[in-house]
Amino acid sequence: MQHLQVGEDGKLRHLLTLEGLSRDMIHRILDNAASFLNVSDRDVKKVPLLRGRSVFNLFFENSTRTRTTFEIAAARLSADIVNLNITTSSASKGESLLDTIDNLAAMAADIFVVRHGQSGASHLIANHVQDGLHVINAGDGRHAHPTQGLLDMYTIRHYKGDFTRLRVAIVGDVLHSRVARSDIHALTTLGVPEVRVVGPLTLLPGGLEQMGVSVYTDMKKGLKDVDVVIMLRLQNERMRGALLPSPQEYFKTYGLTAEKLSAARPDAIVMHPGPMNRGIEIDSAVADGPQSVILKQVTFGIAVRMAVMSMLAAA
Amino acid sequence: MRTATATSGAGPAITRLSITGARLIDPYSGLDRLGDLHVADGRVLAQGAAPAGFQPQRRIDGSGMILAPGLVDLAARLREPGFEYKATLESEMHAAVAGGVTSLVCPPDTDPILDEPGLIEMLKHRARSLALTQLYPLGALTVRLAGEDLTEMAELSEAGCVGFSQAAVPIVDTQVLLRAMQYAATYGFSVWLQPQDPFIGRGGVAHSGAVATRLGLAGIPVLAETVALHTIFELVQSTGCRVHLCRLSSGAGIELLRRAKAAGLPVTGDVAVHHLHLIDVDIGYFDSRCRVDPPFRSQRDREAIRNGLRDGTIDAICSDHTPVAEDAKVLPFGEAEPGTTGLELLLPLTLKWAQEEKIGLVQMLDLVTRAPARIAGIGAEQGSAGGDQPGGLQPGAVADLCLFDPAAPWVVDDHSLLSQGKDTPYQGRELEGRAMLTVVGGRVAFERDRGNPSAAIKQGAARP
Repeated sequence: MQHLQVGEDGKLRHLLTLEGLSRDMIHRILDNAASFLNVSDRDVKKVPLLRGRSVFNLFFENSTRTRTTFEIAAARLSADIVNLNITTSSASKGESLLDTIDNLAAMAADIFVVRHGQSGASHLIANHVQDGLHVINAGDGRHAHPTQGLLDMYTIRHYKGDFTRLRVAIVGDVLHSRVARSDIHALTTLGVPEVRVVGPLTLLPGGLEQMGVSVYTDMKKGLKDVDVVIMLRLQNERMRGALLPSPQEYFKTYGLTAEKLSAARPDAIVMHPGPMNRGIEIDSAVADGPQSVILKQVTFGIAVRMAVMSMLAAA
Repeated sequence: MRTATATSGAGPAITRLSITGARLIDPYSGLDRLGDLHVADGRVLAQGAAPAGFQPQRRIDGSGMILAPGLVDLAARLREPGFEYKATLESEMHAAVAGGVTSLVCPPDTDPILDEPGLIEMLKHRARSLALTQLYPLGALTVRLAGEDLTEMAELSEAGCVGFSQAAVPIVDTQVLLRAMQYAATYGFSVWLQPQDPFIGRGGVAHSGAVATRLGLAGIPVLAETVALHTIFELVQSTGCRVHLCRLSSGAGIELLRRAKAAGLPVTGDVAVHHLHLIDVDIGYFDSRCRVDPPFRSQRDREAIRNGLRDGTIDAICSDHTPVAEDAKVLPFGEAEPGTTGLELLLPLTLKWAQEEKIGLVQMLDLVTRAPARIAGIGAEQGSAGGDQPGGLQPGAVADLCLFDPAAPWVVDDHSLLSQGKDTPYQGRELEGRAMLTVVGGRVAFERDRGNPSAAIKQGAARP
């Protein structure tokens, strides 16, 4: 992995997963993000780092929100931006994934931001494209969402400072969550001594312990004395069926309420990658409460994506 | 009934040959010694000294090589009819003889599916006219493999089917499975089943475990295999149907087979040769060449497979040859088509396992010659009495032979493989052990340059 994402010169060539990325590299990205944070506060919210470069947003799976954050980040770096919703174009005409990529590469793209429903799609693309073209994984199946993982780390570092004294709980649908996987890799790399996952057994895949986390099914025990609570989004289609009986029962057991949150440390922060399902995975009182840093995550997310794009463009 | 003498097209047919100075290894008799073997009119004539007056038309130097019965592969998809863009009967039968395989059992999941006697006759006829390997089709157990209506098993058997199979399509309705086994048992036919619960692993693409979890790939739990095995063993117990279990993949599954055999059930089992070596970790970062069915499982499962082969719980090793079109692998892991090329890797990968596990060559070769032949009933029809007929290298046996160099190094790549399917996790890797000459029905069906084991064929010979 190291050789695909990070060149022999130590520079970031693609961002596909946080697995295998060094502690130093993650901190470098976060440090860069810090320097971009004030760009958003200026009158002219732009720096010319990516002027003349083209960023292609390739969304094989719809996500207006994530696409928009990359779009804003690229715009603030002065890049040209092309948005492609491929679910509605070539894929439905039977063109293969790599054919689509070759065609777009021929249009002189510099950075591909890829969202795809299949785990590993970004790796396939990164392995295929020529040197000088960079791939950012904006979410591949259940596998990884590295920029979300990085903005989560930025948020934790901002509020908590030292990673090596923290307890972090990740709560909800870990089975289907690329955010959870990226967070776990980043947290363990950054030296967090205790990473917990909490959820019903239908949503916790086997072998999680081997990723360096401890597994809890009891919400109260899982949140006991933690410094950070990361809530995961529960997709609509998974709220009723063979994985869960109903959103009401889910909320009752795993929805984050003030009462459940009281098990955590009093200064614990509450995070969520969005979009939130209020009243299902999180109670409004907590989402809008003093411990919630959910909107700050969004702000940090733009800066982190600017940092990643500028580092790739410099590679 | 098969004819002992395969006839080739042009030129005077060589019907008498001697292979000299080879190490003769014959799992049928336990033989392992240096010597000569003489072939006449499609059958083994004698071992050791040639009979008085025998004049071979061709003398082949076997020194430094092993001469064994030809390999019998219990699972090779030749893709004909219907999937000629993936492979053809001709390309894959060439690959077979290049791998030292002289008998092939092919599953019925072609297009159309092998559920009518006419299709079997056509396939057998095509195979005969190519005169490369012997072909033994499995008939579909249910019409169109749909798991609803039984096929005309008696008719299909008469047309040449050696057993009945659902390929990789499990029967969902257990009442149909019960009746199919009862019906097959009526005639004494064997039923070949790949144990997989149709629901538990649904949507899965990799072994459920730490690797699939880390990569975010949907899992196929070991339970998919063991739940199916429990059902099958209950049905065997009740019906007395002979069942061959195809492609066991898990330690828990092998333990169930061990117990079923101890209880006296008429069951046998095989594994795919890749599963002796590869595990889920080998997927690395989404290597679609490792997308196979059943999936590569854990290191412990691999150890259990190796132990099962050692103690005889697993009866045979097959190639599970499944050529796929190149485009079908250049996709995200979960969308890539399962399958790997195997005919030309069966011998070297079996040798590699035997070497690593310090298994003797007689026992090793048994797992790819005599044992699979027995499972498929190959050889039993050679004489009228069946059963006690000579096989392997014994005088009187049909001369299906493989002369191989167990130490010859060669590189697996597009050029060294004759199969139209080039996808294998071993692409670019060096393996040891290569068939140098293959005799089918007394006729030299394949020959390779001794000095160049990486070459697909003998220099100057026409590439198929």
